[in-house]
Amino acid sequence: MTFVTQLSQKAWIWSFVGMFMVWLATAVYTGGKGSADVISAALSFATFTVIVGIGQMFVITTGPGNVDLSIPSTISLSGAVAMKIMDGSNGMLVVGFAISMACGLAVGLFNYTLIRVLRIPPIIATLSSSFLILSTAIAYGRGLKIKPPPLLAEFTTAQILGVPVLAIVIIMFAAVMSIVLHRTFYGRAVLAIGQNARAAWLAGINVERIRFMTYVLSALLAALCGFFLSGFSGGASLNMGQEYLLASIAVVVIGGTSVAGGKSNVPGIWGAAMFMFLLVTMLNTFGASAGIRLIMTGLIIVAVITIAGGEEA
Amino acid sequence: MNASQSHIVTLENVTKHFGAVRALGGVDLKVHAGECLGLVGHNGAGKSTLMNVLAGTLSPDHGILGIHGADLSGRYNVKAAGENGIRCVFQELSLCPNLTVAENARIFHPTLTGFGWKRRAGNMIREKLDEIFPGHGVHPDNVIGDLSIGKRQMVEIARAFTSTGAPLHLVILDEPTSSLDAVTSGQLLDFVRKVVNQGLSCILISHVLGEVLSYCDRIVVMKDGLVVETRPGADFTRDTLVAAMGNVVEQEEIEEHERREIQRGTTPIVVEARSDAQRDGAALVAHRGEIIGLAGLAGHGQTRMLLKVYDAAMRKRKSLKVDGPVALVAGDRQTDGIFHLWSISQNVGVRSLQSMIRHGLIDPDAEAALGRAWQARIKIRTPDMNDNILSLSGGNQQKALFARALASDAEIILMDDPMRGVDVGTKLEVYDLIREEAEKGRTFLWYTTETDELYNCDHTYVFRDGVIVADLPRDQLSEEKILHSSFKESA
Repeated sequence: MTFVTQLSQKAWIWSFVGMFMVWLATAVYTGGKGSADVISAALSFATFTVIVGIGQMFVITTGPGNVDLSIPSTISLSGAVAMKIMDGSNGMLVVGFAISMACGLAVGLFNYTLIRVLRIPPIIATLSSSFLILSTAIAYGRGLKIKPPPLLAEFTTAQILGVPVLAIVIIMFAAVMSIVLHRTFYGRAVLAIGQNARAAWLAGINVERIRFMTYVLSALLAALCGFFLSGFSGGASLNMGQEYLLASIAVVVIGGTSVAGGKSNVPGIWGAAMFMFLLVTMLNTFGASAGIRLIMTGLIIVAVITIAGGEEA
Repeated sequence: MNASQSHIVTLENVTKHFGAVRALGGVDLKVHAGECLGLVGHNGAGKSTLMNVLAGTLSPDHGILGIHGADLSGRYNVKAAGENGIRCVFQELSLCPNLTVAENARIFHPTLTGFGWKRRAGNMIREKLDEIFPGHGVHPDNVIGDLSIGKRQMVEIARAFTSTGAPLHLVILDEPTSSLDAVTSGQLLDFVRKVVNQGLSCILISHVLGEVLSYCDRIVVMKDGLVVETRPGADFTRDTLVAAMGNVVEQEEIEEHERREIQRGTTPIVVEARSDAQRDGAALVAHRGEIIGLAGLAGHGQTRMLLKVYDAAMRKRKSLKVDGPVALVAGDRQTDGIFHLWSISQNVGVRSLQSMIRHGLIDPDAEAALGRAWQARIKIRTPDMNDNILSLSGGNQQKALFARALASDAEIILMDDPMRGVDVGTKLEVYDLIREEAEKGRTFLWYTTETDELYNCDHTYVFRDGVIVADLPRDQLSEEKILHSSFKESA
């Protein structure tokens, strides 16, 4: 088997192919002007999508019906609370981070309680909990106009040779999560449950504990995203998580994770997140109106999923 | 039955490859009208592949496929099979689990339309069930997913024998009795004999050689993708049949086993469980190193008891005594066992992941080594343990599930009728393996629908309606006793 055919069988490769083609189209249109800057910007923005995408990937991998719709509101809550606690002071950074994680933990616990104890389907449970979470963020809303601590703002926007530092950190984090998925008991258990939860239980896997860990992980990553995002964009806002509802699911699927569960990969999330950003950039460059942009985005996502899905079958 | 009678099916030099694996290497097969043809061979000999070719679900690479004398090579498919009155009951059940029995029956019969089709389909399937399996206990409105594997098998079989439009000529039964208990198996085989005498043809694939020997007119033996023997059933004995399949018979086992028998109660109790419905306080008791049989008709609470023990061990419940880690060998492998996206090695290793962790991560070499070790030990027939689990034949998938449990750290092994679709040679090897492991101190709880297997057990509990009705030590075990207890009152 040649290297190329081997590569073409990897589910994640298609998101990178898409990313490269979109980038190339933009570069050709602009005559190569600013192509490097586009990549740099894409890395910056994709970073946040990747953080939540990884959490969503683990959730989706645990099988049909599992999805976390509370990610956007968790981002907002975590950002708002952290900003308020830190109040722009570098000295409070550690406390703010801890509180932000605590928000994530609380959301994860709450989601899982709804799913497990009250037996509400995950899609409904996380959707309804997202209203509660967002209401909490609104009630707490006085943190919204506060600037982030300078150190956090600096860190989240810092670049080395045009490459965002945060992106480097998250690329390394993604590598770690890829190892977690394929080489730890937890990761294997998630993949097993996604294929057949009953068989997983009968093969000695504590299915409920793994599902619990997965929903908590997703909420923690959403909280992490909220923390960094409010540093990056100079403060928290209530709707700052909004676009991550669709994005977190889209990057998982475009990245080659099976919606039926049991099969996923981390690299594809990076490719897909970059692809999504570059796609919008390309349409902007072409001067497409907002309506056209949305239509094209939808169609291209469908096309990528069809091509990638067709190769696997 | 003479050769001048018309041939329903004529296969000549049929080959089929899956990648590098040769499943069929030039098979000739004729099926006459009004005969029951037995097909035997080891796991992976190509029996199921051949039947898939006949059913039209697989098209052969080469060869001639004639039906009723007409050459249909290259034009044959599921639809053509249906039009020519050829039906197949597959080993992997093909009913839709979310539909009812009646709705599943309707799928085969496009002519059942208009008002009241569901009632008519329901009546049709119920009549057939009544005819084949009197006292079956299946209602046309039952959803398939709620039925036990044995009942699903009964529905599948009954459905294959229903007909509305095209007349039925040939019914292929691939391991039909593997999920049925002794009584329903007998009902089915008697029914097959009856319809064959009326002119229908049947192909019966079974690893229970006694069934093939006593019910088939002609027996075809397959080995490594080829037909190696074809003779009238009466010309075979059990020994010559096993020899034709290509393995040496080991008949010593039972006598030797009796010598091994340990004094019950000399080792500590590791499992003590009572079913919820049990009124008289009788409990299932297993001492360390014992092989305990769970017998009775299929679906009378044996699986529930195993799951109860499993649950108690996994959740560390105190309600019943289970002393030590447990592992389960699933019998319903599609629902309870296989991870269909994973390789054979991964499927074997999933229960032992904790022991493969080096420096905090699962060591792929350890996983591959475990897979190879068990491939050799339990003879999983595959060129590469990294191939997908579904590349294996049914019996070999079952071996992988055995390997999963035996390779684990479990001291108590629960077996939920685990020999479905496993060939005779492998069974004998697995029996030896089980006894060997029991001598090392492992305890086995073994639910089986095959009475012969109970002779491997030190002690047998017979179940009826979810409770233990008889408690038989090895020296008191007999088929009559088991049947008698299984039917008391209810018959």
